[in-house]
Amino acid sequence: MSMTRATAPAASDPSPAPPASPAGGQDGRAAERSGLRRLMARPEVGALIAAIGVYVFFFAVAPPFREASSLSTVLYQASVMGIMTIPVALLMIGGEFDLSAGVAVTTSALTAAILSYQLTLNVWTGVIVALIASLAVGAFNGWLLMKTGLPSFLVTLGSFLILQGANLAVTKIFTGNVASDSISDMDGFDQAKSIFASEIGIGGVNFKITIFYWLVFAALATWLLLRTRFGNWIFAVGGNKDSARAVGVPVGLTKILLFMGVGLGAWFVGMHLLFSFNTVQSGEGVGNEFLYIIAAVIGGCLLTGGYGSAVGPVIGAFIFGMVSQGIVYANWNPDWFKAFLGVMLLLAALVNLWVRRQATRR
Amino acid sequence: MTTNGTVTGGAAVKDAPGADAPLVELRAAGKSYGNVRALHGVDLAVRPGRVTCVLGDNGAGKSTLIKIVSGLHQHTEGEFLVDGEPVRFSTPREALDRGIATVYQDLATVPLMPVWRNFFLGSELTKGPWPLRRLDIDRMKRTADEELRAMGIVLDDLEQPIGTLSGGQRQCVAIARAVHFGARVLILDEPTAALGVKQSGVVLKYIAAARDRGLGVIFITHNPHHAYMVGDHFSVLRLGTMELSAARSEITVEELTNHMAGGAELTALKHELAQVRGVDVEELPEGDAATPAAASTGRPVGEPAGRPAAGHTRKAVDET
Repeated sequence: MSMTRATAPAASDPSPAPPASPAGGQDGRAAERSGLRRLMARPEVGALIAAIGVYVFFFAVAPPFREASSLSTVLYQASVMGIMTIPVALLMIGGEFDLSAGVAVTTSALTAAILSYQLTLNVWTGVIVALIASLAVGAFNGWLLMKTGLPSFLVTLGSFLILQGANLAVTKIFTGNVASDSISDMDGFDQAKSIFASEIGIGGVNFKITIFYWLVFAALATWLLLRTRFGNWIFAVGGNKDSARAVGVPVGLTKILLFMGVGLGAWFVGMHLLFSFNTVQSGEGVGNEFLYIIAAVIGGCLLTGGYGSAVGPVIGAFIFGMVSQGIVYANWNPDWFKAFLGVMLLLAALVNLWVRRQATRR
Repeated sequence: MTTNGTVTGGAAVKDAPGADAPLVELRAAGKSYGNVRALHGVDLAVRPGRVTCVLGDNGAGKSTLIKIVSGLHQHTEGEFLVDGEPVRFSTPREALDRGIATVYQDLATVPLMPVWRNFFLGSELTKGPWPLRRLDIDRMKRTADEELRAMGIVLDDLEQPIGTLSGGQRQCVAIARAVHFGARVLILDEPTAALGVKQSGVVLKYIAAARDRGLGVIFITHNPHHAYMVGDHFSVLRLGTMELSAARSEITVEELTNHMAGGAELTALKHELAQVRGVDVEELPEGDAATPAAASTGRPVGEPAGRPAAGHTRKAVDET
């Protein structure tokens, strides 16, 4: 050890005060990264700035937007999407996509509705079976991905089509219709509705319970991501799969669990939709998978994986909610919504690109 | 077969007398892939606190050698001993458990993750009971900082993504990580290959630091100068066999370079170059054993002899 101590000062490369010499930059010494730059390197900063901008914008142009009840509506819209966006974002940080996430929500709701109705069971049985089915779909996606080594884009595109077709076909077999039968008069419905789809009044304004779940899930996901071993592994498998494997990270398990997380989210949103509307349209959910991915990207998650946060997607979903409702409040043609979203996505992608360059600049 | 490690075959004996038993030893080891013989009859001994350099051109069998020692492949002939007992690893994990750590060329780091997270990746420290079990971030940062400092690496901000470090620094973090996680034998796969002169120097210093901490180091390289700066023993591989095995006291850097380059081939190459470029062969330093120094500059042999470097070389040779 004494030898080492002797070596230590000599070996310490250039002095830790590179600002003096321009050559310091070439040595990759990012010592002088200022507080501001470090803040800017947070994945969700771009989204936060955008969210404030969008809020101010609609606050100015759409008077109804300013009311508390409008905020409740915006938050509700954001939460239904946001609950799904969180696991999708974790999966993206882990380096994979799930294109079946949109229809998986419908699959979960249909499973619970049809099973309970056809067998005249307590709705809770359907809810539990739907949970198992959703987790199984996620596990299958992850397992197939790891087993075949195919890109997740392809694997989940396959499961997307399978689920979409099965949703329609199975529903028609049992109901002869494109929607499931109403389960509102069945055992346990009221209890389940109070858990998945109730409202909470605060200061005379009703807020849907999903808003609170959304924020709680985001907090849990943040904790998971930043404070647990599993979170470390998520970043690692998304950032460099081979390196992660070389140092002993269970890459396959991590990815499978991430896909199952998406299944969990799909189940939760599916249950919310089922107990809100009593019935499920079997064709629903198509296209939502892209909205989840867009919200995650706007929230600062890299498409290529290895970078992002759970807070960012919350902000991304909030922007989504503000835009979709704000356009209505401003009395614009809602057809513009998608165009607006597209612009937001491109801007977010550019900001992310810039942020990543800043963060890894030599 | 299971005699203790001090009874060494061929190559290893030449090290200083009384040196401790080898941590890792290969005796006439070889590896065939089907009917292709990638490695044959290789003797190698790695002792604590010593740097064993393995040199060789591309395709000389260096990678195969590392893969055997690090547990990625199994040898098909000869013996592989760890602490004097014959072993046969089937996964890198087993090698790691015996204290043999490999720092690969790609370094096994995740560029966008902070330095300290990379340092502990796969072996994170946690605290608290299960549902609340969480990363012990303070301890990890402190430990990473201490370990890096002990290796002479001072980083001001362990939160910076490891991708912002230079190649040399990342290499050093990878070495420090291996040392921290109980490596007794460190295999470095061409750590200086992609680095500039200055960065290579930094890495060489850390190799020396690891050696001084009592680790046995296997330093794979094709740069004889880098090898000679830190090496205690040199093995040159050529076409899958051991061309040279010598202790530092027995060989000069010029001889090493010549072995590495393959003296006779070099002469032939020189003549070819002379024809192609119309350079006077007489102007070029001789390529055989008499004047091996020419290649030691690491520059193309066809370089005009009038340059200072070449002139100096000549002088050095004359003195020999």
